[in-house]
Amino acid sequence: MSAAILSTSAERPATDALLSIRKVEKHFGGRPVLRGISLDVAPGEFLTILGESGSGKTTLLRLIAGFEQLDSGEIWMAGERLDQTPAYRREVNTVFQSYAIFPHLSVFDNVAYGLRAKSVPHGEIPARVTHALGMVKMSEFAQSAPSRLSGGQQQRVALARALVNRPRVLLLDEPLSALDANLRRQMQVELKSLQREVGITFIFVTHDQEEAMALSDRIALLRAGQLEQVAEPREIYGHPTTAYVAQFIGQTNLLHAEIRDGIASAGPIEWPSTEPAGKGTFSLRPEAIHLCSRSRAAADGTAHFRGQVHNQTFGGAMDSLEIDCGNSYMIRARIPTPGPLHGEQEFEFAVRDIVRVREGGD
Amino acid sequence: MYSRAYKASVTIPPLVWVTAFLLIPYAILFCYSFWSVSSLQVITHNWNLQNYAQLFRNPLYFTVLLRSIKIACAVTGLALLLGYPLAYYLSFHATKRKDLLYQLVIIPLWTSYLVRGYAWKTILGSTGVLNGFLQYLHITHKPVEFFLYSPFAVILTLTHIYTPFAFLPIYASLEHVPRNLIEASHDLGASPFATFRRVILPLSLPGILAGATFAFVLTLGDFLAPLLVGGSSGIMISNIVVSLFGAAYNWPLGAAISFCMLLLVVTLLFATERLEKRYTIS
Repeated sequence: MSAAILSTSAERPATDALLSIRKVEKHFGGRPVLRGISLDVAPGEFLTILGESGSGKTTLLRLIAGFEQLDSGEIWMAGERLDQTPAYRREVNTVFQSYAIFPHLSVFDNVAYGLRAKSVPHGEIPARVTHALGMVKMSEFAQSAPSRLSGGQQQRVALARALVNRPRVLLLDEPLSALDANLRRQMQVELKSLQREVGITFIFVTHDQEEAMALSDRIALLRAGQLEQVAEPREIYGHPTTAYVAQFIGQTNLLHAEIRDGIASAGPIEWPSTEPAGKGTFSLRPEAIHLCSRSRAAADGTAHFRGQVHNQTFGGAMDSLEIDCGNSYMIRARIPTPGPLHGEQEFEFAVRDIVRVREGGD
Repeated sequence: MYSRAYKASVTIPPLVWVTAFLLIPYAILFCYSFWSVSSLQVITHNWNLQNYAQLFRNPLYFTVLLRSIKIACAVTGLALLLGYPLAYYLSFHATKRKDLLYQLVIIPLWTSYLVRGYAWKTILGSTGVLNGFLQYLHITHKPVEFFLYSPFAVILTLTHIYTPFAFLPIYASLEHVPRNLIEASHDLGASPFATFRRVILPLSLPGILAGATFAFVLTLGDFLAPLLVGGSSGIMISNIVVSLFGAAYNWPLGAAISFCMLLLVVTLLFATERLEKRYTIS
């Protein structure tokens, strides 16, 4: 647990950080919701807080926005204590899950709301609102009533309403979860390019690991109020530090192995390992497993095992296999369209693809 | 789709009720307003507009009507001034005591109107609680007479009686203000006061209109409070209607005044309903 935080803090020293969350604790009615959260966010970063419902991710976002007060710890932004500033004085804007568009104001007035609240000169407002609506492709709806807009359009207005204020940090609370799948993918692409365009730091909350991987510079995986791992998407996928991370992000096989004399063995599967002797859990992604042709000699750095294909599911580009390696030791694999497989087959995987993970929560 | 029999069975009873007990009496009253009373105290069916003309010609009626409107305006204003902050506090700040406080507002409505009227009589009278208290504290040396039997007493009593009617729709509208809109307003940099002015107040406007309509219409038609605590200077238009239908035995004039009042109230209801629709957001 602490290793993940230490390694991130080491990568991004607090002096570089725009937003610095330090040892934040939050309880609701005696029940801990966030426990010892420490996280630094760099300027211009797209950070995703990923977690199951109830993991505390929305609470963390609400603490940054100022809608909740923390019980202990500190939140700093650009050298100032953010957690002691009232919400309306924070240079942070939020895109709400439910959009929270003001129903009694036109689209234009919704977007202008923040500028007027902060007494931006009158002459400046129309140009900035028009520009913000242009960024989200909603210019033609400026005079519309919000009730006439679809969910996706309201989402765009909410985005423009937040961005027009040029916040230092934009908080997005599952903003795409209410949209249908197609619109959602389209908005993901737009959101990412918008973030590059404006260069504002985005903190994005989601429970969708694919969305997190597609959008983020870094992912902070939250589990039951604690940070499980904070890393870049490729890193968190390729080198999950715990069994929970490996299972939450993508699919995996968890192998409980015995390591002795540089060889790890889990059931009938064996591979060379530099881990110290003893017991250990390893994660092996299904797509790291390949079919191996009998004739080919065993290459260095690969491990082989034999197994019966127990179940084969056609999946378009990739087939999902359940391989019985003997004594009902099941391994899942995803292999590019091998055609129907019968009888015993030989499989291989690169030893660098099998990753040692820690078990349990803490 | 509902069958014709079903539709008829749900629409006919209320239709009969409204026709028999509302439309027909009103129609009869309307006819009366064009008749007149002979010197022998007999109502004669000669159609004329004298009753309506008298309403505007006789300064007594016009003064009392004007006073009634003034009292109604004052009560409406006071009921809103008392009801809104109370509803605001209950909706946004009372957490644990919310239900208790809500009941405390509602319970007086279960008490008979007459009892509450008499209560004010004992409080405001020359030997009443208020005067006794003021004399005990040596603030005054003899009973203050204008407390009771004055427009002041009527306004006080009616404000007490009709504030819950203003409070209830305001409270309902405040409860319907989505809380995330308030968070969004703070998030966008609006201070709590600016949030109230630009989000909460506009969104509770339908409730304010409904509450104001209740307080105004109920006060305008009230005749018990002026009867109990109003005295001669606190007489309202309904007292005149009551006496015209009673002791004065001038039903035609009473009917004419009633119809003018009805017209006033119906116009007001239509106007506020249109306004409410305009400010209600689906």
